[in-house]
Amino acid sequence: MNTRQVAKGDRAFFAVSTAAAFFTMSLVFAVLIFLSIRSWKTFSEQGLAFITGSTWDATSTPGTFQILPMLVGTLVVSILGLIIAVPTSVAVAYFIEYMAPPKVAKIATSLIDLLAALPSVVIGLWGLYVLIPHAVTWSKLLSTHLGFIPFFRTDFDNAQGAPFIAGWTVAIMIIPIITSVSREVMGRVDKELVSAASALGGTNFSTMRRVVLPTAKSGILGGILLGLGRALGETVAIFFVLNLVFETNWYRVLEPKGGNVASLIVSKFAEATATEISALMAAGVVLFVLTLIVNMIATSIVQRAERKMAS
Amino acid sequence: MNLQTQNSNIAVMDADSHLEARNIHVWFKERHVLSDVSLHFPTNSVTALIGPSGCGKSTFIRTLNRMHELIPGAGLAGSVYLDNEDIYAAGVDPVTIRLRVGMVFQKPNPFPTMTIKGNVLAGLRLSNRRTRDEDELVESCLNRASLWNEVKDRLDAPAGSLSGGQQQRLCIARSLALAPEVLLMDEPCSALDPGSTRRIEETIRELSSDMTVVIVTHNMQQAQRVSDQTAFFLAEEGQPGHVVEFGSTDNLFSSPNDPRTEDYVNGRFG
Repeated sequence: MNTRQVAKGDRAFFAVSTAAAFFTMSLVFAVLIFLSIRSWKTFSEQGLAFITGSTWDATSTPGTFQILPMLVGTLVVSILGLIIAVPTSVAVAYFIEYMAPPKVAKIATSLIDLLAALPSVVIGLWGLYVLIPHAVTWSKLLSTHLGFIPFFRTDFDNAQGAPFIAGWTVAIMIIPIITSVSREVMGRVDKELVSAASALGGTNFSTMRRVVLPTAKSGILGGILLGLGRALGETVAIFFVLNLVFETNWYRVLEPKGGNVASLIVSKFAEATATEISALMAAGVVLFVLTLIVNMIATSIVQRAERKMAS
Repeated sequence: MNLQTQNSNIAVMDADSHLEARNIHVWFKERHVLSDVSLHFPTNSVTALIGPSGCGKSTFIRTLNRMHELIPGAGLAGSVYLDNEDIYAAGVDPVTIRLRVGMVFQKPNPFPTMTIKGNVLAGLRLSNRRTRDEDELVESCLNRASLWNEVKDRLDAPAGSLSGGQQQRLCIARSLALAPEVLLMDEPCSALDPGSTRRIEETIRELSSDMTVVIVTHNMQQAQRVSDQTAFFLAEEGQPGHVVEFGSTDNLFSSPNDPRTEDYVNGRFG
């Protein structure tokens, strides 16, 4: 092959990749524009109250559409998911990368990848039939013995449909992402540093805490925020396990009140009137923007951490 | 310190051994890489391990502080005695051995996320131990590694801001902070320039007044400059590495018993 042919092939490849990149970007904008147009009516009628108010009434005319309880629910469930998933994922990643014999590590890695590939509807069904009966027992224990902590106080005798259970479901869905990103960045930590830590009397735990985590933290943070992105938008699994009660539930995670934006859209969409559909589109825009903001914050944190490490 | 007088003070074969390896064999999976190595290291002596690449010197010193077992697929037979206690006996925690037998690696490897001071104190943090006066410990360790004067005004600077030679001295200081009885050094100067090498050699001589040092080196002049006794390792074609000759550094270099030692120390192979 002569140089001219190479250059030609190279140019074609460049053109194709540029086109693909632009296509992806314009797709994002197209979705945002579509949602904005379809939801414009709601935003102009409801104003800022759309995200600060707590009433959803489609029966009156013109109707009141406000989603604060759902936004709060989205955040509460996502944060609960992170609280459960982050320590688990980091520990599993460290075990696979530094403690497990190679064969065990290989099996564990493929099992976790398999978990990532499970459709969320399957996890939702599992949550509904397997997790909930157990979770109800645990939550009873929590509210009986730790009820003095505001988070675990409840006025209901049953936690079925509470954010606590949705948090566990979400945790199971985001553990694979956080684990696999963490494992990868931990694997990139210079093995010489880990040897040095062992030679200085480091144990598995102290080596992880003092050497591996500080070195890999920006990457792990990236993984955590990817997980958060998925948790914010998670729909089907949560739809199965979370009650949709239009009340703002800031922190009482054992009370079956609240909901989340995504499951609001799913549960209302089929029977919605035209006005209500516009409101649901508007809820979609809010979720979209929220995820975008999370990602932007994520990127800036990761970049800052990387700059700090480089200097 | 005069090397000559120090050598004459050490009766290499009969000394009361501080550290002793008996009949060490090493395997990596099925491969037998080290065969029947028995060496003894008298208190406060410096021992050089020389030999061509791939003869098992670095593998051997990792058996002396139980770092060897961290490599997947690594096998070991034989025993290592530290103050007459078998470090591989059942119930011995490898962590306590590594606190007593420190190690400096071939490539300077300070922790990049820590400051200079943080690196010196890293061993304490990693092993969950405390000291009454951290600043004093940092100063004395950096002094003994002859780095204090260069870094005393920037102890909170990241370790990565130091030059290669300074980083290696920081790694020595880091090991000293745990007050080890033995210091293992795996080609500590191979990545350094001659000036830094000379300073580290001076440090080794100074440390040996209260510490047993084992140093792997490719540099025959270095072995002669710093060590009291020398072991020559060799892995012949298809055979596992073994010790060809072991004795006082003076004898081994001036009148070797084995022709292979003579060829190697005179630069005829390797």
